[in-house]
Amino acid sequence: MNALIISAILGVVMMFSSILLKQKGAVRNVAVTGIILLILVNILEMGGTVFFKVNTRGMIVFDQFALLFNSIIFLATLIYLLLSAKDMEKVGVNYAEYFALIFFILCGVTLVSSFKSLLILFLGIEIISIPLYILTGSDKRNLKSNEASLKYFLLGSFSTGLMLMGIALYYGARGTFSTVIDPLITVTAKPLLISGMSLLLFSMAFKVSAAPFHFWTPDVYDGAPTVFTSFMATIIKAAVFIGFIRLFDDAFEQVQSTWRIWIAVITAVTLFIGNITAVFQQSVKRMLAYSSIAQAGFMLLSLYAMNTEAKEGLLIYAAAYCFATIGIFAVLAKMSDYTFDGFNGLSKKEPLIAATLAILLLSLAGIPLTAGFLAKFYMLKAAIATPNSLWLVIFAVLMAAVSVYYYFRVIQAMYFKEGSTSSSTTEFSPFFKGAMLILAGLVILLGLFPDILVNWLYF
Amino acid sequence: MVAFFLIFLPLLTGLLVFFIKEEKLVKGFAFLSSLATLTVSLLGLTLFKAEEHLQFTAQWMQPLGSSFSLKLDGMGQLLCLLTAISYPLVFLGSWNSSYTKPSNFFALMLLAQAGLMGVFLAMDALLFYFFWELALIPMYFLCSQWGGERRIQVTFKFFIYTFIGSVLMLIGILYLQSKTPDHSFSLRAFYNLELTTKTQSWLFWLFFLAFAIKMPVFPFHTWQPDTYEQSPTPTTMILSGVMVKMGLLGLLRWLLPVLPIASYVWGDVVMSLSIIGIVYASLIAIRQDDIKRLVAYSSIAHIGLMCAAIFAENKSGMQGVLLQMFNHGINIIGLWIIVEIIERRFGTRKISELGGLAQKAPAMAIFFVIIALANIALPLTNAFAGEFLMFNGLLNAKSNYYLWFTVFAGLGIILAAVYTLNMIRKVFYGEVNTITAAATDLKLNEKLALGIIVVLIFWMGVYPQAMLDVTDNFSQALTERIDISHLFRKK
Repeated sequence: MNALIISAILGVVMMFSSILLKQKGAVRNVAVTGIILLILVNILEMGGTVFFKVNTRGMIVFDQFALLFNSIIFLATLIYLLLSAKDMEKVGVNYAEYFALIFFILCGVTLVSSFKSLLILFLGIEIISIPLYILTGSDKRNLKSNEASLKYFLLGSFSTGLMLMGIALYYGARGTFSTVIDPLITVTAKPLLISGMSLLLFSMAFKVSAAPFHFWTPDVYDGAPTVFTSFMATIIKAAVFIGFIRLFDDAFEQVQSTWRIWIAVITAVTLFIGNITAVFQQSVKRMLAYSSIAQAGFMLLSLYAMNTEAKEGLLIYAAAYCFATIGIFAVLAKMSDYTFDGFNGLSKKEPLIAATLAILLLSLAGIPLTAGFLAKFYMLKAAIATPNSLWLVIFAVLMAAVSVYYYFRVIQAMYFKEGSTSSSTTEFSPFFKGAMLILAGLVILLGLFPDILVNWLYF
Repeated sequence: MVAFFLIFLPLLTGLLVFFIKEEKLVKGFAFLSSLATLTVSLLGLTLFKAEEHLQFTAQWMQPLGSSFSLKLDGMGQLLCLLTAISYPLVFLGSWNSSYTKPSNFFALMLLAQAGLMGVFLAMDALLFYFFWELALIPMYFLCSQWGGERRIQVTFKFFIYTFIGSVLMLIGILYLQSKTPDHSFSLRAFYNLELTTKTQSWLFWLFFLAFAIKMPVFPFHTWQPDTYEQSPTPTTMILSGVMVKMGLLGLLRWLLPVLPIASYVWGDVVMSLSIIGIVYASLIAIRQDDIKRLVAYSSIAHIGLMCAAIFAENKSGMQGVLLQMFNHGINIIGLWIIVEIIERRFGTRKISELGGLAQKAPAMAIFFVIIALANIALPLTNAFAGEFLMFNGLLNAKSNYYLWFTVFAGLGIILAAVYTLNMIRKVFYGEVNTITAAATDLKLNEKLALGIIVVLIFWMGVYPQAMLDVTDNFSQALTERIDISHLFRKK
């Protein structure tokens, strides 16, 4: 509850900060302070200190899972702001507003991670989506950015419509919006429940860009300013996933046998399309867009398995994926050439950046010693424990092997190819380098000792 | 603690080397580090033979059912010794080569050593998988950065191949873990599993693919000749001398004892593949003009024989394989050292462009002939003892086709003599030509490295018992564990 209210307040504070603060650096500092404050109050709440006592009538429940997830998201946002906040200056003139929108999004994230009523889920998803449409189109003079924003908005509204319809059907079947189900009550109107479930499944699959609802992803990610693509591809995606898993764990537990097979098919298709298409990309930004689809496919395995390991694993996956992708996007935002060749010879020019980037890429590829490996490991471990899942697991690892191809192309460009004579990167400040180093260290630390994260769950 | 230091020493020194700038200093430091590791390994064989020194367990990833447990058993002793010996030999033999960014090169070499040691020592499946991949990453960077012209594609192929194998193995490991009563990754828990024949069968292929790609066994060998050819020679030495043993170790420690029924059921198929590999690789080796590729194909043949002998599933075969794992490593490193010297002196590895080296460089010729003869298992050389035991094992195999296997494997030996002697004839004898006219003989460091190898060759050839004693208990326990005859008796 702490984080929910304070993030909303911070959003308003950031909106007005541009009037009070003339310096962009000062605005940035306020934002970073704000996010640190969010982390602190959230951790305090994990320890039991709640500042705001609000009776939500059981519609919002901040359990340990939700709070831990919020902490991960806030930490990722902190890293994101440290690495990329300066690059937001390049996007447009409304510098402070971007931060305001980001804090509003975080407010939506806390709702999505802790809802116990479908109304709150809807509210959370909308609070996340609307600022995102704005951020996508924030590069106002760029036609591609405008196109992306419009595309995202149209398709996003459509999926919102589906979601509302699904919620209505759910209400028809259950007579309540609550996802807390009394297992003794059997649903008489099962067709209603199942059609409601399928509509919700489609709209959530759209939001996490799972195939075949992924068509907006590459264009929107490509068109949006790179700094915001980073935010969209990581934090938003992870947040929607938490909502996804909570929804299907709570509300639709009784019809698990129906949706499990659907999820299995969606997972397989997502893995296939994400990985195979990523192989053929020439631009690193588009590659990352498809890689985010591929990674979503892996995260869907947790939905498929839906056991304790899957939920723990999703937290680790969210952390691993967010940290790595944020770092890669932060470096990408500083490159002038987004193709793979743009990275040629980076290891000679910037050995430290290249080394940390390599670690992050290895993490995404799922090489041991990195958080990415453990994340995939948890997913596979969870999935293999469910019956008749062998085909899916084998398919998933084969696709993981495909993913090595495109992640390693960047490593090959950085290390084994000669760079062009013209300097294609802007200068990396010592601060940026330090932040990247810490990020890489975090990825390895999490890869060696996942307990530091998971243990928080059983506090 | 011996087990711990075997991993920790190269790991720590490897990380330190990254920060040394001076090339001479880097080489010296890496060499000293490898000597220190060798000392630890020898101490483990002699002074600290007691069980408590050879084991190391620490808490790690407890909730997942894993632990950081290492142990030196007979096979571990042997392979760690091989790793520990080969590194000083490699560094000594290639002392005169220079590399761009030497600190990175030697650091990655040492990190690879730590990874290899980890694979040989891990007694926990997850830990094993960790090291299995970690040994690969430095190799990937070494080959792609310092290799030949086509290095990037070739190394990438190698990496993807092995990665596919290893992730399939990961599924196998995860499945086995989910079947253990206490959800543990420990080797002992895996050994105690009792699985149905059907389950064992598909698990067998998940594991076998990973190991078969690594060894490599026909038809998964296509990455190997290219990678050996394109890699910088010191890396090739480690790849072919030590790293391929990862696959054999996997079979002996993680496949046969865990899935004994499937190993018996599929034994014939695997043996057939191995024997096909022997004949096929030997025939191709005869046609090779590039010395590096020739040695690469001969390595496929040798590994094929070892793989076949493993699936003979008797003690003689096992002992032979273990001995031969060590000997093959030593011999092939010797061959590579000379190949590298030839390449550096003459700028070519083509057999057709060389000739008459024996007149110009008699010492090199003598060393090369001895090592090459050891490679084709002439009596009194080390490989003879190993191959003799392996053939004995094959002849006593439980398979119905044991005679055919033995005959065709024997054909491999004859073919080995053909291509090896042919190469010696063309490279070292015959007319001196313009390229070889300016040949000079071996330098001191090269003589030293090759001298040590030759001493090892004769020592192991005349008195292999020392090594066989080390592995005796291991082979005995292994053969008993994979013996499934009691299952038939019940019926």
